[in-house]
Amino acid sequence: MIVAKRKPFNEIKSLLKDYKKVLNVGCGTCVAVCLAGGEKEVAVLNAELDMARKLEDNPVEMGAITVERQCDREYLEALDSLVNGYDALLSMACGAGIQFLAERYPEKPVLPAVDTTFIGVNQGVGWYEERCRSCSSCVLGLTGGICPVTMCAKGLYNGPCGGTNKGNCEIDKNQPCAWYMIYERLKAQNRLDCILEITPPSDWQNQIPRTVIQPGYKKPEKV
Amino acid sequence: MEMKSGSNLEKVLTAGHFAFTGELGPPRGTDAGEVRKKAAHLKGMVDAVNITDNQTAVVRMSSWAASIIILQEGLEPNYQMVCRDRNRLAMQSDILGAYAHGIRNMLCLSGDHQKFGDHPQAKGVFDIDSMQLIGMVKCMRDEGKFLGGTEIGHPPKIFIGAAANPFADPFEWRVHRLAKKIKAGVDFIQTQCIYNMDKFREWIKQSNDMGLTEKVFILAGVTPMKSVGMAKYMKNNVPGMDVPDELIKRLQGVDKKMQADEGIKIACEQIEEFKELKGVAGVHLMAIEWEHKVPEIAERAKMLPRPVV
Ligand code: SF4
Ligand code: SF4
Repeated sequence: MIVAKRKPFNEIKSLLKDYKKVLNVGCGTCVAVCLAGGEKEVAVLNAELDMARKLEDNPVEMGAITVERQCDREYLEALDSLVNGYDALLSMACGAGIQFLAERYPEKPVLPAVDTTFIGVNQGVGWYEERCRSCSSCVLGLTGGICPVTMCAKGLYNGPCGGTNKGNCEIDKNQPCAWYMIYERLKAQNRLDCILEITPPSDWQNQIPRTVIQPGYKKPEKV
Repeated sequence: MEMKSGSNLEKVLTAGHFAFTGELGPPRGTDAGEVRKKAAHLKGMVDAVNITDNQTAVVRMSSWAASIIILQEGLEPNYQMVCRDRNRLAMQSDILGAYAHGIRNMLCLSGDHQKFGDHPQAKGVFDIDSMQLIGMVKCMRDEGKFLGGTEIGHPPKIFIGAAANPFADPFEWRVHRLAKKIKAGVDFIQTQCIYNMDKFREWIKQSNDMGLTEKVFILAGVTPMKSVGMAKYMKNNVPGMDVPDELIKRLQGVDKKMQADEGIKIACEQIEEFKELKGVAGVHLMAIEWEHKVPEIAERAKMLPRPVV
């Protein structure tokens, strides 16, 4: 899932300072699971904003709605009849959701309430870890299911570097060395031959905005 | 015999001499005089001098610029390049420029993580890694092509070096990593500072057994300890460093004033052993901020005079 964390309160407050009526739009998918921008977080943030602005003698009227997925047109429709009543939209979705909202309502200021952080896993309640940088050419098949792009501090394709320290990365005694783990896992699977060959330089496909059209589908002429 | 680069280091090694290389860290400023002063200590003492590239991720005068200064002083640089600070475009253009100025040796490194340096907020580039950098320089030299595939006018003929750390985990993998670097096209290796001689002997034996030392020149890394404090610091704070307790005890066993001398003595004993050790083609002396001691070390280790080839 995509993991985000809420922006510092004062930053959100300052983004909203010129608006009197703001609709806070949550997202019911990734950011809800990682406890950053679901229905509950929308309610909490609205209450905080309401209180803070009252104290400043500059009250704000906060509306609330949480859609199933902000990155999906189908679920944004529900907002069409609402947005006109507001000066600005605050979004608690990931960066993609926020942009999709802004794209749909180009005349409205759309402001982010979260910092989108990574694609990661749920290790426990409130505890998430990064696992993928969406490089567009996955090498997990060679690296024992451990991503060197994300998990190695230098993103090395042919590690480990000389800094690996008793199984930990040179950057931190508490950060496991990705390449040490890759080695251990492949060794246990008797697959070390996977990393005997040199992995050539990456094509870095994530340097421009990417589009995916699945086989059998076409990009419609008009949406 | 046809040379790959014709550098002094290549000629010394190819002729079968026991090579001796040194190291020089460029200044944190613009004073070329500082480079010349350090170079003066090394002149005639070593076959080539590594010029570090923003070592420990701290900004310094660029390594190609300092390399040119020492060329002017009549020394041969071993131009270090790390993957941390440049993408493939910048790397290749720097290599062209360096070669045009007479630089003939390169050391291809990943580089210490930027977190350690004076700009921990920097974006680490790591467009390619050290293994891929070796392959790129080889492709530029032997195929006369850029990584992107187009032809180079007057390809750079570089003697290609890389580092190896025989002590980092997993130990069993280290020799395979060396094999990978050879496959990528490396001509010579300079190792991490060696203090654990037993482990080094084991690594070089594995390399001999796999036939690797016939395909690459291995220069054993030596850094004399200046004090017990330095030894303890290296043991505890420098990632990938293996400092045995016996070495610390030996330094503790002499008077504080004599610790530096004892450090040099240990280094000379190591060098004596390396001269006899099958698979070791030379020594890389990293006398960090101790360049003025290099003549004494070279003398005491009986590395003088340097061969003229
Ligand atoms: S290699 Fe890593 S970054 Fe690339 S797609 Fe696979 S998991 Fe993601
Ligand atoms: S120590 Fe391991 S994880 Fe850290 S940079 Fe080196 S290879 Fe990557």
